[in-house]
Amino acid sequence: MTDAAPVGERSEVQARRHAMMERGLAKRRSADRNFRWLGFIAVAFSGLMLLFLLVNMSSAGLAGFQRSELRFAIPIAGAMQIDAGRMSQPDPMGGLELAGLPRVVDDAAKAALGPDGADMVAEGAWREVAQKLIDNPQLVNGSIDVSLPASDDLASAQRGEGDAADRQVASKLVAEGKLVRAFDEGFLSRSDATSPQTVGIWGALKGSMLTMFITLILAFPVGVLSALYLEEYAPKNRWTDWIEISINNLAAVPSIIFGLLGLAVFLALFPNLRSAPLIGGMTLALMTMPVIVISGRNAIKAVPPSIRDAALAIGASKVQVVFHHVLPLALPGILTGTIIGMARALGETAPLLMIGMRAFVASPPSGFTSPSSVLPVQIFLWSDEIDRGFVERTSAAIVVLLVFLLLMNGLAIYLRNRFEKRW
Amino acid sequence: MSPVILILLAFGLSLLGWLAARSRAWAFRRADPKARLHSLPNFHGWYVALWIGVPALLFAALWSVISPMLITAHVMADPAATMLPAFGFERETLLAEARSVAQGNAFGVFNADAQALVGPYRTAITLYDSIGLVVTILVAFAGGAFAFLRLKPNFTARTRVERSVMALLLIASLVAVLTTIGIIASLVFETVRFFGMVSPIDFLFGTHWSPDPMSSGLPDGKDYGAIPLFWGTIYIGAIIAMLVAIPLGLMSAIFLTQYASNGVRKVVKPLLEILAGVPTVVYGYFAALTVAPLVRDAAQAIGISSASTESAVAAGLVMGVMIIPFVSSMADDSIAAVPQAMRDGSLAMGATTAETIRKVLVPAALPGIVAGVMLAISRAIGETMIVVMAAGASANLTANPFESMTTVTFQIVAMLTGEGSFDHPATLSAFALGMVLFLVTLTLNFIALRVVKRYREAYE
Repeated sequence: MTDAAPVGERSEVQARRHAMMERGLAKRRSADRNFRWLGFIAVAFSGLMLLFLLVNMSSAGLAGFQRSELRFAIPIAGAMQIDAGRMSQPDPMGGLELAGLPRVVDDAAKAALGPDGADMVAEGAWREVAQKLIDNPQLVNGSIDVSLPASDDLASAQRGEGDAADRQVASKLVAEGKLVRAFDEGFLSRSDATSPQTVGIWGALKGSMLTMFITLILAFPVGVLSALYLEEYAPKNRWTDWIEISINNLAAVPSIIFGLLGLAVFLALFPNLRSAPLIGGMTLALMTMPVIVISGRNAIKAVPPSIRDAALAIGASKVQVVFHHVLPLALPGILTGTIIGMARALGETAPLLMIGMRAFVASPPSGFTSPSSVLPVQIFLWSDEIDRGFVERTSAAIVVLLVFLLLMNGLAIYLRNRFEKRW
Repeated sequence: MSPVILILLAFGLSLLGWLAARSRAWAFRRADPKARLHSLPNFHGWYVALWIGVPALLFAALWSVISPMLITAHVMADPAATMLPAFGFERETLLAEARSVAQGNAFGVFNADAQALVGPYRTAITLYDSIGLVVTILVAFAGGAFAFLRLKPNFTARTRVERSVMALLLIASLVAVLTTIGIIASLVFETVRFFGMVSPIDFLFGTHWSPDPMSSGLPDGKDYGAIPLFWGTIYIGAIIAMLVAIPLGLMSAIFLTQYASNGVRKVVKPLLEILAGVPTVVYGYFAALTVAPLVRDAAQAIGISSASTESAVAAGLVMGVMIIPFVSSMADDSIAAVPQAMRDGSLAMGATTAETIRKVLVPAALPGIVAGVMLAISRAIGETMIVVMAAGASANLTANPFESMTTVTFQIVAMLTGEGSFDHPATLSAFALGMVLFLVTLTLNFIALRVVKRYREAYE
């Protein structure tokens, strides 16, 4: 075209046309570049949001793993009439309370921190001392150094909030080295409480694990078996069409609707099990099952027919073909889908609120039928608290939840990469 | 007795039956080496095990449902029960206390009145537990004996076992249908009760929503107008969230499929998927604690004084971010499904990549993208925790995104986690709202699936 003609012989018109085209091309190229940038910005925005979310949560969460602690010594010998042998008898905690341990702790706090000392220590902190004594009965004969949680007022004063008098006391104690922010190792092993200084997430974590266990043992077999049925045996008729439609729809039904179902059906059948992991697990299992079916069907579909044909050809029955050959080959794929479904169930809150898992539960659940909380609901409940201390604790609980989810997703990715087969 | 014991018992007896039947089958073979067994010994084992386990488990399940009722009836017949209050919360508390002491879950009663019931409870629990235990064993033995006596060398154990495996598979796949029926039945049942008290017209077309769960007497239909909730839901989920999610999701998909190198794609795609895997309660917390104050400050800085901390825009923005990976993976799939020849053809004609994408790929992939958007909307309007934590409780019929707004899912949570009784229209209204939500999301999903199906046929 224009390039073919020698430059010197170009007419005026040709030159103008050429320049116009150059301009047009430049414009189109820059439009292309802009479009590309737009795409990049979109991706970068999503990435930044994720980063912002994670940094935001974890920076607040790191503070939540700490608490304000008062450090002083408690003389046990002489202050209390109890011997080391009592610790091995039943209910040592009650024995220590009767022997006057709470008073001993209060007195020690007064001696170490001044006349208001007893109020500076969080309520019930003597239990931590008692636990130390139970773990190591020989301490009864001497004096022990403790780090006890400070009261909520003192803790917020240390953060620079609250009234001026408290803040003054706090800064004085900090200067003396008696009040410190320290890593709270009990956060993972205690349960819900009314004060942010003494809460922990073990109760909710244990409740989550029990709930997930029920979800898994109900949803996994049912999901896998129905995937096998639909993929391997189901005749094409109205019944199986209904089954397919229901499964696909269930996978897209909002989770809160499953909560309504659990409320109307499970709680009507078992009214005594309100907020028990059993009911929570059953509700979440109904929600997780379609996810397992859908991923299971894909995994089963990926097993080549030649394997089935070979097994049939040497005389295996249809059931043997499926259970001896197809299922083992499809299992990694099914497991990946199951883990992803379980991760979703672990983070689910709304259906569990519906079935009453929002009660204040101060002790970890003892079994599948005892009242319990779960991690996401615990986060939700704490997020309603006004105390600044709870804000940090909430973020810390979120960090724990996210760590669990990342581990589960990581496992799913690992399984997918490790066992993915191409035929 | 906990049903776990009965279940373990059933499994244990099944195992015994399995072992016994298998050795019996081996005995056939040893007795007459020339005769061929119809089925392998294992199948004989499974046959007997099924006949022991299935009836016993069914009975155990049944018993765990009916025995608490029988126990309660037994306690009610006791003279000590006559002093109980006729009905209501106090009666339930006393019964629950006495029961948990009798079961050994609690050390003592809190309410002295419950003490009298502990004895009767204990007797009743022992009685019905032993009945349950004995009957389970009897049922297991009856089934086992029936099956064991049928074992013969030419017995078709395998066929029968496989038939029951097929039945099991069918039952498992029916769970989904049962769940669907359960959802519909529970929603319809409660919704009908609600509409017995409040007219559907008032509910669907009224513009004032302020149910009072503590009110008594027949409700005034004027308090149950759900239009503000529907508007809030659509405004947050289908408008604000989609304004964020569609452009960002679509552009991310385009960038990742058309421009990004393979290495970048491999890293970025899973990162986006993490965004979808973050629990909604975390997003809700993030929205309420970080985004909402930012939004309020920004709004006040540009002169909107009515901006509140609970705003539609904070909830919508965060929800949009949550939906991005969802839109982008749907768009990704449908763009990838456009035949390569169309793309190559456009490039060969001299079009730039951007022009190819805008004028060829996106139009060709449009049905898939639209379907993805519909699924995303259905997901956004069913989303609960973000709006519960960030959108607010007051039902406002306004277009100002900085005001607080409430949604259908928020009201479901609010109505069912309060103190209201189960017969109150305010509580029942949650089921009517759930019904609306269910129908709307179902319709959106159905249309989306239809569109996808149709579109797929066009190319393959």
